Amino acid sequence: MFFRNFIFLIFIFVIGCNQRPAGVDFIFVNGDEPQSLDPAIISGQLDMRMAKALFEGLYTYGPDASIKPGIATHHDLSEDGLTYTFYLRSDATWSNGDKVTAYDFEKSWRRVLEPTTASKYSEIMYFIHNAEAYNKGELFDFKKVGIEALNELTFQVTLHSPAAYFQGLTAFATYLPVHLSTIKKYGDAWIKPEHMVSNGPYLLEDWRIKDRIRLKKNPNYWNAESVKFNRIDALATSSASTAFNLYETGQVDLILDKTMIPGMLMGELSEREDMHSYIYLGTYFFRMNMTRPFLQDSKVRKALALSVDKEKIVNKITRGGEQPARTFCTPGINKYQPPEGLGFDPEAASKLMSEAGYPNGEGFPRISILYNKSELNQQIAVELQAMWKEHLNIDIDLRLQEWATYLRSMDNLDYDIARSSWIGDYVDPNTFLDCFVTGRGNNRTGWSNPRYDALLEQANLNLDPVQRAELLKDAERILVEEDMPIIPVYHVAGKLLYRKNKLGGIQPNVLAEHPLQYLYWKE
Amino acid sequence: MFWQNIHCSICIGKNKGEGSKVFVYFLKRLVQSIIVLLFVVTATFLLMRIAPGSPFAAERKIPAKVEAALMKKYNLDGSLVDQYTSYLANLLKGNFGDSLKYEGRTVLEILAQAFPKSALVGGFSLVIALLLGIVLGSYAAIHHNELLDRLAMLLALLGICLPVFVIAPLLILIFAMQWNFLPVAGWGNLSHIILPVVCLSLPYGAYCARLMRTSMLDVLGQDFIRTAHAKGLSAQVVLYKHALRYAILPLVNYTGPLAAHLFTGSMIIEEIFKVPGMGSFFVNGVLNRDVFLVGGSVIVYCALLLTLNFVVDIINVYLDRRIQLW
Amino acid sequence: MRTKQKRSLRGIYVPAFVLCGILCLAILGPLLTPYGYDEIVAEQFQKPGLDHWFGTDIHGRDLFTRVLLGARISLSVGLAGALISFLIGVTYGLLSGWIGGAVDSAMMRFVDLLYSLPRIVLVIVVIAVFDGKAKLWMDSTSLAQFVPYTRLLLMFLALGMIEWLTMARIIRGQVLRIKALAFVQAAQSMGQNTFGIVFQHLLPNLRGIILVYVTLTIPTVILEESFLSFLGLGIQAPQSSWGTLLSDGAFIINPVKSYWWILAGPAFFMALTLMSLNFLGDALRDYYDPKST
Repeated sequence: MFFRNFIFLIFIFVIGCNQRPAGVDFIFVNGDEPQSLDPAIISGQLDMRMAKALFEGLYTYGPDASIKPGIATHHDLSEDGLTYTFYLRSDATWSNGDKVTAYDFEKSWRRVLEPTTASKYSEIMYFIHNAEAYNKGELFDFKKVGIEALNELTFQVTLHSPAAYFQGLTAFATYLPVHLSTIKKYGDAWIKPEHMVSNGPYLLEDWRIKDRIRLKKNPNYWNAESVKFNRIDALATSSASTAFNLYETGQVDLILDKTMIPGMLMGELSEREDMHSYIYLGTYFFRMNMTRPFLQDSKVRKALALSVDKEKIVNKITRGGEQPARTFCTPGINKYQPPEGLGFDPEAASKLMSEAGYPNGEGFPRISILYNKSELNQQIAVELQAMWKEHLNIDIDLRLQEWATYLRSMDNLDYDIARSSWIGDYVDPNTFLDCFVTGRGNNRTGWSNPRYDALLEQANLNLDPVQRAELLKDAERILVEEDMPIIPVYHVAGKLLYRKNKLGGIQPNVLAEHPLQYLYWKE
Repeated sequence: MFWQNIHCSICIGKNKGEGSKVFVYFLKRLVQSIIVLLFVVTATFLLMRIAPGSPFAAERKIPAKVEAALMKKYNLDGSLVDQYTSYLANLLKGNFGDSLKYEGRTVLEILAQAFPKSALVGGFSLVIALLLGIVLGSYAAIHHNELLDRLAMLLALLGICLPVFVIAPLLILIFAMQWNFLPVAGWGNLSHIILPVVCLSLPYGAYCARLMRTSMLDVLGQDFIRTAHAKGLSAQVVLYKHALRYAILPLVNYTGPLAAHLFTGSMIIEEIFKVPGMGSFFVNGVLNRDVFLVGGSVIVYCALLLTLNFVVDIINVYLDRRIQLW
Repeated sequence: MRTKQKRSLRGIYVPAFVLCGILCLAILGPLLTPYGYDEIVAEQFQKPGLDHWFGTDIHGRDLFTRVLLGARISLSVGLAGALISFLIGVTYGLLSGWIGGAVDSAMMRFVDLLYSLPRIVLVIVVIAVFDGKAKLWMDSTSLAQFVPYTRLLLMFLALGMIEWLTMARIIRGQVLRIKALAFVQAAQSMGQNTFGIVFQHLLPNLRGIILVYVTLTIPTVILEESFLSFLGLGIQAPQSSWGTLLSDGAFIINPVKSYWWILAGPAFFMALTLMSLNFLGDALRDYYDPKST
C-alpha cells in the first residue's frame, strides 16, 4: 500500500516537471541575481540589462546597437560641440499615467550626481559641465551644472569638452529617468514590484530573489505595438552548467550572459549553430606593479609581454572566438585604428632579459601572478607560468585570492603581476585609455607618464575626428609599445546561445546590447 | 534491575519538587544561549570587519568619495566599536540591517524569502538522512559481519565517497537529461526538490548509518539486551523496545547540529539546482563582505542550533532516564 | 572464538592493504612518473595511454602525476585534521562529560559557540591576515621555495580549529551515558580513582565510537578542503588535491562532450580511499570491542 502511494506521489511530481510557467512567452538566463534595479545605483551589466527593459532614456539601442530615438525624438548640437538640446516626445508616459517630461530627466540626473546617492557609476556623467565638481561635493549650486530642463519637452545638456559619443551615452543605464515622487514615497523599497513606476517597454511584475524576475509588457509604452512578448522571465543563476542544462532541456530560450556558458565546453560549443560569438568592447590583460623594483625596468616588462603566446591561449584555453590582443583598445571602435603593439617573440624577449641583467633568468626574483577564483583565470595563469618558465627561465608562483581580497591587493599595489579585464562603456577609445591616466582609480599599476596624460587631454579637446584618433593612437603606443605597464592577452568575446531559426530580433554587436523589446519568435 | 526502569514512561517534572528544578534549568539554558548568541554575533561582526577588502569593491574601481558615502550610509564609517554598538542597538530593535550587495533590500527580507526554501529542502533531507541512517545502520548491526552488513554499509557509503559537486551533476545528467524524468534545476513545484534532497541527504544518511550501526552494536552487546533475550522476549521486541531506544542516542545528539546545518542550506546544492535558499546568500555574503547579511544568517543558524541542541538534550533525558541534566 | 577472530581480522586486512598501497603511492609519488606535476608535457585532453596512464588535462599536464600529488596533499590534510580532531575532541569531551555539572555546561556552550561561528569567515580571516605575512617572512629567509605551501599550513590551522567540535560533542554524550551505567558507578563507589575509571572503563567503551569517528573525520576534512578550494581559499594552483582535481573536472559531466578520464582518476582514488577508511574503521571496531558478538 505504502509502495503504491509512493509511486503515485512520484507520478504527481513528474507531471509537474520540465514544464514552463504558463503565460510566459520567453525565458532567458540573465546571470547572477541583480544587485538592484535602481538606474542610479546599479553598476553591473546584468542589472543594467534589466533596467533598460524597465526604463527608457533619451535614446535607446536597437538590436544591432544602432542608436534609436527613445523619449527624445531628435536633438540639436551646438557648433562648438558642447550643447545638446533634446526634444522629447509628448506621448511618453510613466506606468502610473504621469507624463514623462524634461523635468524628470533633470531630477533623475541630478539624483545620480547628488553625493548622498552614492552612485557607483556617476563618473559616466563627468562629461557634463561641472558634474564632477557637484558629485564630489565641491560645488553646491546645481544651477551651475550643465543640466537644465528648458520646458516640459526640451532638455538641454552642456558638456565641458566635446564628446561625439554623448548621444550614445544617453542610452546608458545611469542616464535613465526615474519617477522621483515614487522614490520619495517609498525610499529604497521603490524598486519592489508593488511600488515601481517605470516608463520602459516592460513593467516589473514579480521579483523573486535568486530565482527570477518577471517582466510584463507595458501597455502604456509609446511604442507598445512593436513589443512582441507579453511576459518575459529573466532567470538568476550563478552556475554556468546549470544555465546550460536549462537551455539544453528547453527550459530556457536564450543565454544572454557570456559567463553563463560553460567555458570548458567552448571547444565543442563554438562549432554549434546556436552558439553566437562576437568581439565586443573588452580586453583581458595583466597588470604589472610598477612599484616593484624588478618590474621598474621597461625591458623586463617588455620581455614578459613578448614571451606570452596569446595565440596559444586563445586556441587552447578560451576557444570561444576571442582575438589575441596586442593593444588595450579593442578593434572595431569606429575611426580608431590601434597601434601595432607587441607580438610573440621569445628570442627578443630573452635578449631583453639579458640586457636588463638577468641572462637566462639568472638572478630574477621569484614573482607571483595574482588572480581571483575562476576556472579561466587559473588556466590562463598556469599557461603564463609555463610560458615564462620556458622562454625566460624564471620561476612564477600563482596567488589565488577570493574576490574582495584580490581587489584590495590590486588597490594597495600588493601584487607583482595581476590578472584584470576591462569592459568599455561606450564606443570610443577614451573608455579604455582613460583608465591609465595618472592617479585614476582604475590605474592600479602605479604607472604614470605625463606624456600619456597630455596626449589624452589634447585628443579629448580636439574636434577633428581624424586628428583626435591620431593623438589617441600615439597615447596608446606609449601604453602598449614603450612603457608596457600591462600585458594585453585577448579581446573578450561576447557569447550568446539561442536557436537562430526560431528567435528573432537579436544579433551580435560590439556593445553587447541585446534589448528585450525587439525579441520575437520567427514564423 | 535497572533496565526495568525503562518501561516506566517518563514525563519531565513528574515528581514533586522537580518542577521548579526544571524551570530553573530552562532559565539557565536560556541565559546561556543568549550569551552564546551574543558572543557569536560579536565574533562574526568583528571577523567580517577585520577581513580585508571592502563590501563595495568592484572590478571597476568606485571613487573614494562614493565609497565613503556608502560606508556612511550603512553606518560602517566610524570606529569598530561605534559600528558594533550601533549594529547591536539595531539588532535589539529587531532591525537586522540592510544588505550591502543587494542594495535596497533588508537582511530580514532576504532571509524571509530564502530561509523557508532552504528549510524545506533541509527538512526533507533530514528526515531521509535519519531514516536511511536508522534503517541501514540497524540492519547492518543486526546482521553483523554477514554479507548483508557489508552490503548495507556499502550502500550507505556510496553517499560519502565523492563530493556533492560530482554527485549532483551526475544525478542531473542521468535523471534529468538522459531520462528526462525530473527537472534539471529551478524552484516551483515539489519535483524540483527531489534531486537536491537526494544529494543533500545522501552523505548525511551515510554518516547517520555509521553512527547508528556502531552504537547499535554497542547496545546489542550489553547485558540488559542479553538478559532480555534470555528472558525469552522475541528478537523484534528486544530490538524495538529496548535496543533502538538506547542505540539511537548518538544519532539524536548528532541530529541537533545536523538539522541546524541542513535547514540553513548548502551553497553548492543551491547553486547547482538553482534553489533560492540561504546557503548561497551566506557564503557569497562572506565573499562579498556583506556584513549584515552574514550577521543575519549566522544569527538564524545559531539560534536554530541552540534551540535544537536544547531539544536534543531533553530528548536524551526522555530516552535515557539515567542522564541527569538538572 | 577463533573463527570469529579470524573473520574480524580479515576485515582489517583488505582496507588496510588498500590504504597502505595508496599511502605508498602518495609517498613515492614523484618517483613513479617521469613528469613534473606542473609541467606541460603533451597535447591537451589526451586519452589515457601508455605515456599518460590517466590522460592529460586542458594544459597537457600528466594527470597521473597530478593525482599522485593530490593523494599526498589530500591525505595529509585529512590526517592532520583527524589528528587534531582526535586529540582535542576526545580530551575535551571526556573532561566535559566526566566532570559534568556547571563545568560540562560551560564547556558545551563553548563548543556551541565555536560551532555557530561561520567557519569560512574564520578561514578567510586566517588566510588573508597570515598569508601575506607568512609570504614576506619566508621570502626573507631560505624558505622561499616553500612559499607555495604556506596556504596548506594555514589551512591545517584553520581546519584544525573547527574540526574537533563534533568529536567532542559525541564523546561527551557517550560519557554521560556510560557514567550512569552500573559498573562505572560501582567502580566509583568502590573508590577507584578517576584516571583508573577513565582508562579502564570509559576509554574501552568509547574506543568503538572514537575509531569510527576518526575514520569519518578524515573524509570530512578531505571534502572540506575541496569545498574551500572550490571557493578559492584552498590549495594554490598548480598544486593539486583530489578535491581541486574533482572540482576542476566536474565540468566533464555534461550532455555535450565528455573527457571522462579527467574525472575518472581522482574520483576512483578518492572513492577508494574513503571506502577503505570507512571499512577499516568498522573492522577495527569489531576487532577491539571485547563485547562484540
